[in-house]
Amino acid sequence: MSNEPRPIILTIRGVTKRFAVGDDEVEALAPVDLTIPQGEFVCLIGASGCGKSTLLRIIAGFEEPTSGSASIYGKAITGPGSDRGMVFQDYALFPWMTVRENISFGLRQRRLPSEEITRTTDEFVKMVGLGRFAERYPGQLSGGMKQRVAIARVLANNANILLMDEPFGALDALTREQLQRELLQIWARTGVTAIFVTHSVEEAVLLADRVLVMSAGPGRIDSDSRIDLARPRDVSSPEFNALRRDIGRRLTSHLVPSQSETNLHNSTVD
Amino acid sequence: MSTELAAASADAERPEQEAQAISRRHRRHRLETLRAVALGAGFPVLLVLLWDRAVAMTGTRLIPSPHQVAVMMYDFSFGGVYDDAFSGTILIHVWKSAQRVYGGFFLAALIGIPLGMMIGRVRTLRQLLDPTISLLRPIPVTAWLPLSMIFFGLGPNAAIFLVFLGAFYPILLNTTFGVRSIDPRLFEAASMLGCTGTAMFRQIVLPASLPAVFNGLRIAHGFAWILIVVGEMTGVPTGLGSVVMDGRTLSRTDLVITGMIVIGACGFVTDRIIVVISNRLLRWSPQHLE
Repeated sequence: MSNEPRPIILTIRGVTKRFAVGDDEVEALAPVDLTIPQGEFVCLIGASGCGKSTLLRIIAGFEEPTSGSASIYGKAITGPGSDRGMVFQDYALFPWMTVRENISFGLRQRRLPSEEITRTTDEFVKMVGLGRFAERYPGQLSGGMKQRVAIARVLANNANILLMDEPFGALDALTREQLQRELLQIWARTGVTAIFVTHSVEEAVLLADRVLVMSAGPGRIDSDSRIDLARPRDVSSPEFNALRRDIGRRLTSHLVPSQSETNLHNSTVD
Repeated sequence: MSTELAAASADAERPEQEAQAISRRHRRHRLETLRAVALGAGFPVLLVLLWDRAVAMTGTRLIPSPHQVAVMMYDFSFGGVYDDAFSGTILIHVWKSAQRVYGGFFLAALIGIPLGMMIGRVRTLRQLLDPTISLLRPIPVTAWLPLSMIFFGLGPNAAIFLVFLGAFYPILLNTTFGVRSIDPRLFEAASMLGCTGTAMFRQIVLPASLPAVFNGLRIAHGFAWILIVVGEMTGVPTGLGSVVMDGRTLSRTDLVITGMIVIGACGFVTDRIIVVISNRLLRWSPQHLE
């Protein structure tokens, strides 16, 4: 890892978000401040309702912050843009387009010369290992393949921030491990900045340079830990487990004890 | 380590297994088609036999036997039996009716699809038009007959208007429904990839709602053929609807039934054409795969 400071790609200052729920208002995000240097792999982790997806959607430009500002290289985010690519948990591929057409969609919007579109598309189809499936429709692919297409679709379009909202949450364990490995390879090769939302402590420690633990009511960032393990990381090493325990403790220390735990406690007192 | 290997080999085997599964599915699919054709064709044959027996047993003179209808059908198609005004005229009647059916149907599609898409996407337009449409829709097409004759006079335009009315609502409603049920994530995905404004309509709204649009077109197409008899009550001299009405006036039930069968056959064949087109355009849709 190089020691020279990298330029800041994303700056978030005092961003809050309130949603109207009926007559009530829910505070989804308390003022959040965050800066992310270019090329960093950041995981956002937290219980449901901690605002991690909301934060991601604000960065994507799908939601506007109620107050505060988010900017990329100092330029305020005003809406969705091709510099930021979102990878959704449920893929959101265009079902009427083949793998190739999905991946070239962004390129085609920019009306690039057709040879360039073909060349770039080929490159990214190959990068995610879907050469033999290039003419298939999403309905004919497995979940893992679909998510590869979704990643290639935003990277082919030159996104320099990859926003991932629990992208591997719907996949089986084997496919998830494989995609985690592939994602790290792609990240290392392209130098893209990754912001990855997850529920899994292990996934966060495996992937990230930096893990942000968020908590709910209202959503905020509670802790910001660096993960300085060399890659590829060995999930069975003592260092890995120590970090996993540490992040796990930070995550659960903010949870309100559940009813059953309280009961359990009471019963042991009895 | 072993899990990594398992993952790698599982991925490598998938295409072969899939290919085998697909060829198995193809074979099963062919057998299934054969069975469906045998069952689907067998039932009408059974109905005709029942009809024949029922006419013979009751000795009725009001309903012709299948044989009499077959003779009428032959005369209607090729002439040479009765040599009257209907002999050998089938093509003229089919052609005239088809013009009216498809005049009304395509007009309905031409207005219904774009309007349905805009109503589906634009809230103001929905609020403006939805109550009116819900108010007009339950009015039977036959109730429009007197007005349509005042608007368009005696002749084919009144028939086209009636077919249009019947075909318009299913197309409009299905299109609106199709657009409203598009996954909002698809719009987000498209906009982050640089697709905006009218490009969004052409590249996302249209293809994503196509399965629902085709549903509407198929229903509307059925209605269009149903309405041709009503449409041709407006005093046109040719057309399958007018043949049925003439048959009634002349008490020639064999002619009435012949006209009914030809209308049914036209609707059937053209419906198959729509199904073929929609299967081709919707190859990607999970419900249409294979």
